[in-house]
Formats: sequence, C-alpha cells, structure tokens
Amino acid sequence: MSAPAHGFWHILLGRMTWDSLAFVRAWHDPTVSEIIGSCAAALVVIGAVALFAALTYYRAWRPLWKNWVVSVDHKKIGIMYMVLAGVMLTRALIEAVLMRLQQADAVNKPGFLAPDHFGQLFSTHGTIMIFFVAMPLLTGLINFVMPMQIGARDVSFPTMNSISLGLTTAGAILIMISLVLGKFSTGGWSGYPPYTEMSYNPGEGPDYWIWAVTLSSIGTTMTGINFAVTIYKERTQGMHLMRMPLFTWTALCTSILMIFAMPPLTVATAMLALDRYLGFHFFTNGMGGNLMNYANLFWLFGHPEVYILILPAFGVYSEVFSTFSAKKLYGYTSLVIATMAIAVLSFTVWLHHFFTMGQNANINAFFGIATMTIGIPTGVKIYDWMWTMFRGRVRFSVPMLFSLAFLITFVVGGVTGILLATPPIDFMVHNTVFLVAHFHNMLIPGLLYGMIAGYQYWFPKAFGFRLNERWGRLSFLCWVLGFYLAFMPLYVLGADGMPRRSQELFHSSYLPWLIVAGIGGLVLLAALLTLFIQLWVSIRERDANRVPIGDPWDGRGLEWSMAAPPPEYNFHVLPKVTGRDAFTHRKEQGEAYQPAAEYQDIELPRDNASGAVIGLGGLAAAFGLVWHIWWLAILGVLIMWGMVIFRSFITETHQIIPADEVERQHRAFLKEVSETRAVDRDYEMTPQNRGLAEADT
Amino acid sequence: MSTRELKHAGLNLQQTDPKTHEEAESRVFGFWVFLMSDAVLFALLFATYGVMLSGTAGGPGTQNVYEMKSAFIETLLLLSSSFTFGMASLAMKYEGKASRISVWLAVTLILGLGFLGMEMHDFVKMIGEGATPERSGFLSSFFALVSTHGLHVLGGSIWIVVMLVQLSVFGVTPAVKTRILRLGLFWHFLDIIWVGIFTIVYLQGLTP
Repeated sequence: MSAPAHGFWHILLGRMTWDSLAFVRAWHDPTVSEIIGSCAAALVVIGAVALFAALTYYRAWRPLWKNWVVSVDHKKIGIMYMVLAGVMLTRALIEAVLMRLQQADAVNKPGFLAPDHFGQLFSTHGTIMIFFVAMPLLTGLINFVMPMQIGARDVSFPTMNSISLGLTTAGAILIMISLVLGKFSTGGWSGYPPYTEMSYNPGEGPDYWIWAVTLSSIGTTMTGINFAVTIYKERTQGMHLMRMPLFTWTALCTSILMIFAMPPLTVATAMLALDRYLGFHFFTNGMGGNLMNYANLFWLFGHPEVYILILPAFGVYSEVFSTFSAKKLYGYTSLVIATMAIAVLSFTVWLHHFFTMGQNANINAFFGIATMTIGIPTGVKIYDWMWTMFRGRVRFSVPMLFSLAFLITFVVGGVTGILLATPPIDFMVHNTVFLVAHFHNMLIPGLLYGMIAGYQYWFPKAFGFRLNERWGRLSFLCWVLGFYLAFMPLYVLGADGMPRRSQELFHSSYLPWLIVAGIGGLVLLAALLTLFIQLWVSIRERDANRVPIGDPWDGRGLEWSMAAPPPEYNFHVLPKVTGRDAFTHRKEQGEAYQPAAEYQDIELPRDNASGAVIGLGGLAAAFGLVWHIWWLAILGVLIMWGMVIFRSFITETHQIIPADEVERQHRAFLKEVSETRAVDRDYEMTPQNRGLAEADT
Repeated sequence: MSTRELKHAGLNLQQTDPKTHEEAESRVFGFWVFLMSDAVLFALLFATYGVMLSGTAGGPGTQNVYEMKSAFIETLLLLSSSFTFGMASLAMKYEGKASRISVWLAVTLILGLGFLGMEMHDFVKMIGEGATPERSGFLSSFFALVSTHGLHVLGGSIWIVVMLVQLSVFGVTPAVKTRILRLGLFWHFLDIIWVGIFTIVYLQGLTP
C-alpha cells in the first residue's frame, strides 16, 4: 500500500493513490482474480481510447455532437437510452457469467475469484441491471414510442428530457470508471447498512454505489414527471385517456410510480451519504441509528420499482399480441384497470422483502396477502393476452415469439412469487438462490423479453429497415434456453438451502446443478451476441429490407402512420382521433395517406447542450465526492446549477419549420406511398414488405 | 384544447396566443407534479424523525435543545414572506408593472434571508451546546429534516434573485410570469412544510 498523498496532491486528487488503479493492484498481486479485474479495466480504457480514435478518424465528433448529444428530439433521446442500455447490458451479463462460472468452479475449493472481487461482481451486476440496463431500456422505449402514440410532436419538457439522459449517462460512466479506479461496493445492489457504513466499509466502494444510484434516481424522477405531464397534456385532439394505446397506459402508470417511488431511494442514499460523509447516525449500529429505517425506505422504492420495470413490458406485449394477431386488444378496459391496480398495490407490499427482519406475524400476514393480491390483476392480463390471440391471424414473428415465451415463463415465476409471499415459506428459502431464481424469473421475461420484443417491433420505425428474422429467432432460442438452464437449477439449489451471493460452496451435491446453471449463463451470453450479430447483419443488408412507408406490421397505433424513420416533427398535421386503434381506423376508412387540407408552421424545441453540460457537472460532482476531491465536487454542483440559471436567460428556445416545407415533405412521402405495393401479411417478413400494409379482409 | 381558459390563480397572460397558454399550462402542471414528488421526500423525512425521536443515545432530547422563541419568530418571518409573495402575485395579476412585482419579491427575499439567518444562528447555538448531528440518531434526523427545508428556502431565495434580474432584463413577459408563478408555488409549499416542522418538531418538543 502506498501512503495517501499529502498537501497539494491530496487537495488535487483526494484519497486517490497509485493502488487505486486496477493495473497497479494486479501488478503487486498477480492473482487470477486481480488479473481479471485489470483486464476489465483495460477493456474500459481501450474501449474509450478506441472510441475517441474512431470518432477522430472518421471526423465524427461534430456530427455526434450536433445530431445526437445536444438533440432534444424524443426519438433520438430514446435511441441513445437504448444504446446506453446495450453497452451496460454487455458488461453486466459478462459479470453474471463470471459469477456462474466461479460458483461452478468453487465447490469445496476457492475458485478463481477472490471473495472481495465476487462481492463487487454481484453488486455491480445488480446495480447495473436495474439502474443502467432495465431503466434506460424502458425509458428509451417510452421516449421513442409514447409521444407518437398520443399524436404529439415531442414530450412536454424536451430539454429536461435531455438532462435526464445526461444524469443517467453520468451514473453509468461513474460505474464504468469504478472498474479502473478503485473498487466498487460489495454491499449488493440494495446496499444495506450498517455493512455499507464507514465502520465496515471505509473505502470508496459504497460511495461509488451511492452516487451512481443517486444520479440515476434524480434523472428518473425527472423522466417520470416529464412522461406523466406529456401524457396528460400533449394528447392530440380526440385522444381520450380510454382511447390511448395500452403501451401509453403502462407508460403513464410507470411514470406515476417513478414520481412517487424514486424520492424514497433518493432519501435513503442521501441519508447513507450523510452517515458516511458527515458522521450522522441514521443507520449506524448504536448511537440511536436504526438500520430498519433503511430497509423500509429502500424497499418503499424497491417494490414499486419492480412494477416500474415490468409495466412497460406489459405494454409492449399488449401491442405485440394485438398487432401480430391482427385483432384489437381483448379486454382493453380490464387491462387498463389491471395496470392501474398493479400500480396502486405496488405501494402496499414492500415489507415482503424483509419478512424475516423482526416484525410480528400479523404484519407479515398483511403484507403476504397484499402481495398475493397482485397476482389477480396480473392473471387478468395473462388471460386478456391469450384471448387476443384467439382466432386471430397469428404470425410468429420475433416479437411475438418473445411475447409467447414471456407468457409461459412469467407464470412460472409468478407461482414461485406466490410461494415466497407466504411468510412461513419465505422463512425457509429467504437469502437462498431460490429468491435469485424467482426475481430473475420475473425480470427476464417480465422486462428483458419485453424490451427485446419492443426493440424488434419498433426498430423498423426508428431506422427504416427490418431486423433480420433468422438471427432474431436464433437469439430468441438462446434467450429462452439460456434462461431455463441458468435459473431452473437455482430453484432446486435454493430449496436445498444454497445461500445466495456465495463465493465458495461446500456441498458436492450442488455441483451438477451449478454446472448446468453455468452452461445456461454461457447460452445467455451467446443470446446477447446473436442479438448484436442480428443488428450487424441487418445493417449490412438494410437496402433489401427497407420499409420507408413505416407500417411494416399493419400496426394499429398512430406511431405507424408516418414514414420510417419519422420526420423530426412526427406528424405533418396533428391527427384527430375518433376511437381506439386510431391508425387502423384510418386505414379502414381510407384516410391513412391523404394530403391535409391545410399545412401549418411547426414549432419545435431548439437543440441545446443543457443535458450534456449538466450530465458532465453531475459526473464531476459525483466523482469528486467518491474520491473526496472537494474542489471538483463543488465545481460540478456549480456547473449544474449555473447551467440551469444560464439556460433560463435564453429566450430563443424554438425553431420554426415553415408550412411550405412541411407540405413539400408530406407530398413527397405520399408520392412514395402511391408508388409502393402493399404487402399481404403472409409476406411481411420478406423483402416485399416496404412498410405499406394491405387492407386486411 | 387551445380554447380552454387557464385556471391557475394569479396568472394573467393577457392577449397572447393559445400556444403560450398551453405551454404555461404544461409548465405549471409539471411543477405541481414536481411538488408532489418533493412532498414525498419531506414526508419521509418527517417519518424518519418520528421514528428516531427515541434514538437519543443518552444525548439531548426534544425537551432540551429547541429554542421556542426563535422558532416562533422564524415562523412569523416565513408566514409573512408568503404573504408578501402573495402581494407580488397580485401585482403580477392586476398591474403587471415590473417595479411593483420586484419590490414585493425583494421584501420576500429579505424575510426569507432573515429566516435563514435565524435558523443558522439556532444551529450554531445547538452545535455549541453539543447537540450536533453526530451526537445521536435523533439529532441526525432533526438536522436532516430542518436543514433540507432550509436548503429549499436557500434555493428559493436564489431563484428570487434570478427572477429579480430577469424582471429587469426582460420585463414582465409570459415566460417570466410563469416562472414567478411557479416560484410562488414553491415558496408557499415551503411555508406549508415549515408549518409541519413547527408543529411536529418544535411544538411536540414542548410536551414532556
């Protein structure tokens, strides 16, 4: 250990030392564990350098800045969220595979990962998957789709949208930095004190966790406000609440949950930070501290969070089942009520995350019953989706395959959830891998499959060409097979008493199951790889698969009514809506591709760098706080608030697209429509599909 | 939607186009939603305070740390500042003269700063007597709750300064008006929170 720096260097670099660098640690102590750590660090550094070099070589800095970073277009922001999620998913999935391999290797021997490294892996895996994969995926998808579904040109607060993205990205970058500089927390994704307090963990690890999560939660709160206001205020004429597509309904419920559920997380992490930085006693052992407060605050966020994650996927499934069955959604009203019911109930069950932590049996019984109640609206949904397919013209496209896999797998996970909701059973299996199996069984079908389905479903809308079906099917196969191989053994192991988060195991009987689970992990890695290959192949053969008219699946919502990719203002003329499935109705009436009687100037928000600057400020502040570099922390905060104030003095915040230009673009689009041959549903996965759907008979 | 009138009290955008009305409506509504989120934050701080009342760890408790006289004066200062902000809102609604609005905002600012000064003084006195946040869980929760409110008041004060500058630079434009309206919502919200703090923290401290 080299001594911490003094004087000037201490002020400049805080508590950073040479040993903070992963490479130096591996040099001093060249174990497999440290070498794996420094390889990951090297990947981050090489990745960053390669990205910089490529951007410079291809002179892409300016286009990247102008077209993406400063953009406040909800579609581009949505895409950037998805890219962020893809990068982070790759890291967190590799970490998962490492853990699976370690456990398969470490029966009655230490394995190749040190306990501390293993602790960091499950902490970053969970934190990243929830805050920097799942949340960006759903935020990205809602961002891209929702405004178009309700007939809006953008969200209510486009600049705030960009700021949310900036803060989320800052949190993700902070976690990436933790691979190179210092160590991450070993306290798990929930960061329970007193373990994460100063007395047990004086290092920078928990601080990395606190500030990464805080950045993300502030960004998410703003996103929730933005989406909710957009859905309440920006709907086009006639788009009543009960006419909104179901994806928008789930977006609304998720936003409401974000508004009310993110503050508890912010409070919990802020209090933990006060304990760690200023010696407060919220969650310490003794001195009047009470760690149960943390458990309550964290899960008061944590449980609604589960529904923040799952509801948008339910929305995607509703769209996919309906579109690929060529039928209107069965039981729309019951689906809306079920979604709302789930959103409300989600605030009444948080205690089931700690049945074993000392409250009396009556309280446990109440929360157990409340938890089981959630099964009812969810069951309603399952049946609605099945009835939607009934006697429909079902096509087994990739999104549909994922939706079907979800339907079955999610029910299995739901049943184990009912088991866990029973406090006596929970006492038996809590803190075992049974729980790990359960929540992966909910979130992989209930979030990831949904987001992948949504990505496959709306990708042609975003980029103007379809994704490759064959690679998509292969990827689907890997995701499903990998899931069952990786997690079904964990149910067995958990019921057999295998504790979760174990770096080393001492029962030989676990070994066969752990090997199966390890293979499952590798199959899941292959699944991600095939997803990337699919994207690569699809980009290469994009000219054959273009769908410029923008309606490749005979879609039902307004988002399918414009060209693909959509013009930046979405709608040439804001549509008037007279019922549900607005675009289907217009197609039936023959009004889908008609010139407007009159075109008007369109006012759009002007791109600006607020999001990028505030994101950078947030990153600087968080990094400074982690390493006790106080000048940097203060500077970061000043940059953030300075930018907010500076921005309020700018009056030119809009740009006008003249009516003539809108009309010219619309007429060009209509001309293209008239020259395009409509495709029958039987051929929608062939190059004949140019994005114009033949009228369904 | 464009023909609907704005119903928010105190906002008079006069003859502007429907688009401005719509935008103002979204902005004000969005701010209400933010306040809901912020209210959850305070609710949790109140709940934490309630739970930690007994966590004094042998240190000072509610009976021996609070300065009632000072808390009462602080309450008066903050309540009057809400009144003066109300006067600023009325000036904005009926006369629309920048100078009148600025004067009332400035008075509000002075009252707010007076509140902050007294609160700082209280804190310094408490810390001098050994009632620091490091002393016990109870004091941690007290300082977290009251100074989170204080930080909000500080933020509001900076916001008033920004609005005073904008009033002199831009005049009474629709954008400035909706900002002052939202600032007003924020300021009154903090007043309500303070009433909660005065009741739950200070008055409760009087009970044996």
